[in-house]
Amino acid sequence: MKVAVLRFPGSNCDQDAFFSLRDDIGVEVEYVWHDDYSLEGFDAVFVPGGFSYGDYLRCGAMAARAHIMTEVKRFAAGGKPVIGVCNGFQVLCEAGLLPGALLLNEKQKFICKDVYLKAENRTSIWTRGVESVIRIPIAHGEGRYVADDTLIAELEAKGQIAFRYVDASGERTDAANVNGSAHAIAGVLNEAGNVLGLMPHPERATRELLGSADGLTILNALKLVASNL
Amino acid sequence: MTTVRVYVTLKPSLLDSAGRTVAGALQKLGYEELHQARIGKLIELQVESYDEDRVKEMCDKLLANPVIEDYQIEVVQ
Repeated sequence: MKVAVLRFPGSNCDQDAFFSLRDDIGVEVEYVWHDDYSLEGFDAVFVPGGFSYGDYLRCGAMAARAHIMTEVKRFAAGGKPVIGVCNGFQVLCEAGLLPGALLLNEKQKFICKDVYLKAENRTSIWTRGVESVIRIPIAHGEGRYVADDTLIAELEAKGQIAFRYVDASGERTDAANVNGSAHAIAGVLNEAGNVLGLMPHPERATRELLGSADGLTILNALKLVASNL
Repeated sequence: MTTVRVYVTLKPSLLDSAGRTVAGALQKLGYEELHQARIGKLIELQVESYDEDRVKEMCDKLLANPVIEDYQIEVVQ
């Protein structure tokens, strides 16, 4: 199992992803530059957080049109696992690989804190391992998920809502929905379930020393996929 | 050379939280008649020759995100 961690100008969670995947998940990892054209030899893609292209125009807009993304689309269409975290989630939405979009937080503030998440979908490779409420950090200013009612209904029906913001006991409350996302959505899947995007950072919660190891419940999916390779 | 202005605005159904803050600040300055403020973007393009379809293509491909935004094109000269 070799994971490609994409790097755009302005990515800044690429090293978090690299080290957590290599040291805590135990998979092979390599950086791939945005201007590259190939994902040959890779089994999964991790689109990290940061401020790609300075968040100019819209978060993730320019990164979504980088050369490597053509290949990521082909890769995703082939059913291989792709995960986008924070800015990576914005990039995947902008690229059309995931439905919806992310806007400035309801209360505009950049929020940096631990949040509780509940996996709504329990069948995808990415969410299968998330049995109970997990606690992982967020760090974003533009993470308010938006989609119109028709799309939300469709996502519900197709099981594409991966994670919702909840409180520690797993209840949906206004306070728990920290950025004001539509229907408290923290992460979504594509229809096939192999592409996941989420605002919280599982790669920053892969060992107790970091404050939580709950991110493993999501990222261990890569080990599971590896065992079937 | 033709100057083309592309106005990109957030869809009316979506909350513009930055616009809401600006409206609040204006109201505090005494402009009580103000009901709402919404922030958009103006992108000024200079093209050698204007071709409406080409500019629309630029908007659809990059300048605006159809999921959240609308755009309007204005040819200046």
